[in-house]
Amino acid sequence: MKRLHQSSLSAKTGRYLTLTLFAIFFALPIVYTVMNSLMSPAEVQHYYSGSGQMTLHLLPDQFSLEEYYQILFRQPDYLMRFFNSLWPVTVIVIGQVCVSSAAGFAFAKFRFPGRDVLFFFVIILMMPIQVTLVSNYIVLDRMGLIGTYFAIILPAIFSPFGVFLMRQVIATMPDELIEAAKLDGAGNWRIFLRIVLPCSKSGVVSLVILCFIDNWNMVEQPIVCLKDAGKYPLSVFLSQINEMNPGLSFACGVLAMVPVALLFLFYEKELIEGIGFSNLK
Amino acid sequence: MTGRKREAMSGLMFAAPFLFGFAAFFVVPFLISVVFTFTKNANGLKFAGLDNYIDLFGSSAFQTAAYNTFRFILIGVPLIMVLSTLLALLLHKRFLGSSFYRSVFLYPLVVPVAATVMVFQLVFAESGVINTIYAWFGLPIENWLASDRAFYVLMILYLWKNCGYNIVLIMAGLNSIPYAFHEAAQVEGASRWQILRHITIPLLAPSFFFVFVVSIINSFKCFREAFLLGGFIPHKSIYMLQHFMNNNFTNLNYQRLSTAAFLVFIVIFALVFVLFWMRRKAGDIQL
Repeated sequence: MKRLHQSSLSAKTGRYLTLTLFAIFFALPIVYTVMNSLMSPAEVQHYYSGSGQMTLHLLPDQFSLEEYYQILFRQPDYLMRFFNSLWPVTVIVIGQVCVSSAAGFAFAKFRFPGRDVLFFFVIILMMPIQVTLVSNYIVLDRMGLIGTYFAIILPAIFSPFGVFLMRQVIATMPDELIEAAKLDGAGNWRIFLRIVLPCSKSGVVSLVILCFIDNWNMVEQPIVCLKDAGKYPLSVFLSQINEMNPGLSFACGVLAMVPVALLFLFYEKELIEGIGFSNLK
Repeated sequence: MTGRKREAMSGLMFAAPFLFGFAAFFVVPFLISVVFTFTKNANGLKFAGLDNYIDLFGSSAFQTAAYNTFRFILIGVPLIMVLSTLLALLLHKRFLGSSFYRSVFLYPLVVPVAATVMVFQLVFAESGVINTIYAWFGLPIENWLASDRAFYVLMILYLWKNCGYNIVLIMAGLNSIPYAFHEAAQVEGASRWQILRHITIPLLAPSFFFVFVVSIINSFKCFREAFLLGGFIPHKSIYMLQHFMNNNFTNLNYQRLSTAAFLVFIVIFALVFVLFWMRRKAGDIQL
């Protein structure tokens, strides 16, 4: 039987053409950064600091790892920033996953008074960071946490987005599964650890990735809450070295991409599934 | 204890760590800042009525910031919704390379902001790539980041970064539409356009709703890029509410800050609430 609405050749070509055009637009900045990080500082200097016109300089004249060498072995500053970013973000991700998967379970599968009103607040307070940053600062100041890493870690752990996502994911699990386990005498904790968590793997994975990205990129909170420039994470630091040394900042940019890119490569499927779940249904 | 009560207790137990932190770092701070908006700081807090609001609305910096912010949302959100719907529709049918394209579109989401901003700075610099291309065609050279055009640079950045997430959301919506609908319509002789117009788009409504909310929130996140692109005092066309707040942070003007933040909250709340209400009335959200 002939399939209905078979795409004609010209429609197919049109589709590929449109997609390729957009793909170039989307990929160019990344390719550009990676390629430039492989040029020697002198070459970058030559192309970007000259007074004349720049050309779209994509292929290195001479392949060089000099910038990476500089960053990794000659400028300890960078590695320190990397670490300044990595450990708070790791703590945040672990904390957020624990807190929000438990809360997501509660919101999705238990009835308790005020549940729906609370969840509405969760959605409403998934606001842009600027809205709560001010008041957060005030509370953190009262707690005496300003200037410490706790000031950026604690609020991030309880960010409402995680609960929202996990609630959406767990809500799609059939109730029968939980009822069956209950009849078999499993307690709530056992159900949570043995059934709910394994079944919502894609949700957990995309929460890990999204939460990691979000906090790996944080700029406002450290600037406002850390006070000491020496404590600034990579994200803030990167924006500062841009002006000083374009050569190094390309390599820095690439290295900052690495952790997230790895997560993305390994877990893209789960990430896509998880984002799909976050749809309000 | 009845079963009902027991269930409530266990539920609250699981939610407790979150509720505690959520209260401490989101709800309570939020309430405090609401109180701040009605006070002034003269030897302790004093009730000030609506003075802060009047003061804020009179400030030209705030007017500029609010104008730019809403202009950005009004142009950016519809644009990103159309673009990501188009790309999602093109990607929806599985074909050779479709998952490759999807990855390319999604990848900008995971690129660290600062790395991207740097590239955009170089591309749009006065002696940058875009101007070089302009020169080839004999067009006048523009100072992209220091003129009104900075607004469009920021818009491109916003589209570039957030399209992928929306595409995935819309594709998830597309996947939930039963193929039988499509088939039935074809058998009845509906054209592709008719199917799109009368079946696909209406059934995507719940996804569009969520994409809309996410896009607004992301448009606020984009001000981070504006900040990194332009510093504390960028070109006037990308002076956003975030700059306004950042700059007031340095003065430690809590009252003014809180008032601005609260207004942003009210606006977003109103938008989301109206949409929720509409959708709930239409009956496709159970919450």
